[in-house]
Amino acid sequence: MTDVALPARAVPRRPRSRGLAAFLRNRAAVAGAVVVALFVAVAVLAPLIAPYDPLKTNFLLIRKAPSAAHWFGTDDLGRDILSRLVFGARASLLAGCISVAIALGIGVPVGLVSGYFGRWIDAVLSRVVEALLSCPFLVLAIALGAFLGPSLGNAMIAIGLSAMPIFARLTRGQVLAVKAEDYIEGARAIGLPDRWIILRYVLPNALAPIVVQATLAIAGAIIAEASLSFLGLGQQPPAPSWGSMLNTAKNFLDAAPWMSISPGAAIFAAVLGFNLLGDGLRDALDPKEG
Amino acid sequence: MLSFIARRLALAIPTLVLVSLFTFSLQKLLPGDPVLALAGEERSPETLAMLRHKYHLDDPAPVQYLHWIGGVLHGDLGVSLKTEQPVTQMIGQKLPITVELAVLAMGIALLIGIPAGVIAAVRKGTATDLAANVVALAGISVPSFWLGVLMILLFAVKLHWLPASGFAPLWEDPLQNLRTLLMPSLVIGAALSASLMRHTRGAMLAVLRADYIRTARAKGLLSPAVILKHAFRNALVPIVTLVTLLFGELIGGAVLTEQVFTIPGFGKMIVDAVFTRDYAVVQGVVLCVACAFVGLNLLADVLYVLINPRMRASS
Repeated sequence: MTDVALPARAVPRRPRSRGLAAFLRNRAAVAGAVVVALFVAVAVLAPLIAPYDPLKTNFLLIRKAPSAAHWFGTDDLGRDILSRLVFGARASLLAGCISVAIALGIGVPVGLVSGYFGRWIDAVLSRVVEALLSCPFLVLAIALGAFLGPSLGNAMIAIGLSAMPIFARLTRGQVLAVKAEDYIEGARAIGLPDRWIILRYVLPNALAPIVVQATLAIAGAIIAEASLSFLGLGQQPPAPSWGSMLNTAKNFLDAAPWMSISPGAAIFAAVLGFNLLGDGLRDALDPKEG
Repeated sequence: MLSFIARRLALAIPTLVLVSLFTFSLQKLLPGDPVLALAGEERSPETLAMLRHKYHLDDPAPVQYLHWIGGVLHGDLGVSLKTEQPVTQMIGQKLPITVELAVLAMGIALLIGIPAGVIAAVRKGTATDLAANVVALAGISVPSFWLGVLMILLFAVKLHWLPASGFAPLWEDPLQNLRTLLMPSLVIGAALSASLMRHTRGAMLAVLRADYIRTARAKGLLSPAVILKHAFRNALVPIVTLVTLLFGELIGGAVLTEQVFTIPGFGKMIVDAVFTRDYAVVQGVVLCVACAFVGLNLLADVLYVLINPRMRASS
């Protein structure tokens, strides 16, 4: 950056790079990032990776055990399980990301407004958030899924709405902490508009725990999508999804146990990846925990 | 203390009203006219009007809500559209099964999660701590229905030790009842003990960092007895709140595992109701679960004050 050679100590390390260094030192977190990157690559490159067409049925290949031609075996309609797993990664990751985006998109603004303005707005919004929080996540998602109708899109909406109150509450708490800082008082004193203060000063300083929670929420949303699909409320056949593959597989536990091993292992690995990443981010961004 | 409980109760009322409003408006999300579904083949305008009047669907929405909530307050959650049984009665039949499952699962979780968390915190940074953390991370990442399927594959299909399904009521065949509930409660218990272990470890670490523990340690006092007497007692405060909050996870776990092991409980009732489009049952269940959760939150707050002397003084 500069031609003048400075003694190493004179270059102040920015907090962000310190966080990055802490993150890279955390081997579990790096492993999580690698797993997540791997699943993203599989989902994006699915047509190139999958050995067969995930929807092509073959009545000569019904419920064949794993072999060289079909690494994870075939299912009850003779479809290649590996190819269905590869394409199923798309449904899972998409569901994970979109539902968390919905949760963030509603929850964070609600939390910002509630925490920043306080008074009656806060009282009303807090009651609504609390009421939503008082229904267990999965029950709320199932009920919403039931009334909206079974489909992957509706499952995402249901999961997103069910996860929203957590972000609203978290953001509100962060805003209350940040609001007490001198620089916010200063910004108010010089008459900056509220919208500007919220977006320019409050949000960036409240962001770290929200990012951590979002990563962990993706893990939760992937399990939730798989659960809804397992119950038949998510991805509809014949499109592949890990949860719905398990739903079919549970009818053939005796005859074709391989059908239920690999889809569950895929969910487990993806969720573990996001959980490791989230835990690592928390350790790196928040020195208090540990 | 009493005034604290009264204040806390007063705060729960608006929450409950909102919960009931949400539950009520769920049915407004439904596409189409419910009367058309009720009428079936016979769709003469007179029948439709009659049905609409019978189910108060010709009233404006606020009136419909008041009518519905009035019934709810009298313990009337409506009638199942499929079995024509009162929803309250259905819930009363199914709930004990799930409560038994939940008690077993919670017992397993407490027996594994809390000791594991305490030991991991005391031995922070050792191989024991690492092992406990890895197992707990796996526990929160594994989908419970898959764990159930794996257990069926191992213990029922392969080893023939336990039945994969075939639930029997406790009072009819206690042994068979226990044999069919063992795997499901282990499945739910595994997920719960993983969360419990992580939180217990965190709470214990926070306490172990405190000055009075450092003093005890400096005096050479850190025997297991001191850990239990001084540290664990203080760590218990956040843990007790958590145990009540694990209720949501417990219900979610019950919905999925009852489906896997075909146990005719509360969780399976929700799923069956969803598939038969029995909306009165879904609504009743959601309302019931949410009220239980609000009640538990209240209980958690009261317990929190009761076991924490500092809070007791200030309230």
